[in-house]
Amino acid sequence: MLSFISGARRAIPVILSAAPFGLLFGALAVDNGLTVFQAALMSATVYAGASQMVGIELFAGHAPAWIIAFSIFVVNLRHLLYSATTGRHIGGFSGAQKAVAFFFLIDPQFAETEREVEKSGGFSFAWYMGMGLTFYSVWLGLTVTGALFGKLLPDPKPWGIDFLLTIYFLGLVMSFRGRPFWLPVVIVSAAASVLAYKTVGSPWHVSLGALAGVVFAAAFGLRAARDA
Amino acid sequence: MPDIYIAILAGAFLTYLTRIGGHVILSRFERIHPRVEAALNAVPAAVLTTLVAPAALTQGLPETVTLIAAALAALYLPMLGMFALGWVMIVALRWVSAG
Repeated sequence: MLSFISGARRAIPVILSAAPFGLLFGALAVDNGLTVFQAALMSATVYAGASQMVGIELFAGHAPAWIIAFSIFVVNLRHLLYSATTGRHIGGFSGAQKAVAFFFLIDPQFAETEREVEKSGGFSFAWYMGMGLTFYSVWLGLTVTGALFGKLLPDPKPWGIDFLLTIYFLGLVMSFRGRPFWLPVVIVSAAASVLAYKTVGSPWHVSLGALAGVVFAAAFGLRAARDA
Repeated sequence: MPDIYIAILAGAFLTYLTRIGGHVILSRFERIHPRVEAALNAVPAAVLTTLVAPAALTQGLPETVTLIAAALAALYLPMLGMFALGWVMIVALRWVSAG
């Protein structure tokens, strides 16, 4: 129970930075022709903010179902890397616990578990679910709230709300600066993602930029790890 | 079933595949090669950077300045302090640049 609560506390900065996007998603989903139930279903089952936003834009354009599903898949390809990375730390989970845990493996969940491994060497299923279920409930609740009352929301831009997630992600990037080869990986991923953003376009810049950094680390990061 | 439900549920299914797929592939190997190990250790920085870099360079001057300041602040402040500073800065700089 204690570790569940300590995991839940980890969700607080995530809620502050990502929660406005739950409201925004609910509001935009209804704007784009989804019902409140469909918006909630999407948050409950897809559970990945950026891909949900891409999905509802395509709904509004009346794209075929398979295009929408495939676009969601492309935006979420980065989770393959999270899955491979986190899998190393949950060897103690049962098969069912693993199957459940991977459902909750979104960006902040992944980053906070990696930080927890650095800090305390590992984490329990209770800790993981404390964070996961807390943020999941808030995300779902805010989707419904946004869908019901979206018309009352103020313009997020003057309040900087649309930018909070970017600031939080930057904070996460910085929090991993103790790792060997961190700066070269950040530089390569940043350059590759900006290049891909300008040429191939969004959302491919995420997968391509990440791949560049990861392959670079595989090719040149060994010596750095040995020297550290 | 209307298309909209097929799109949502198929999207959810494919998303779950990405979340479990990396582990399923990796767990087929007995030993993890040191290069793969080095690659996996780079995953947090590599992926999260791609979620920040284009925004830092393409959205505008207030956004660029805020992220540079926040990155420097992160060297000295805990996460929430850096986050609060970034929030105040983006609101102030957007207000100034809109003024």
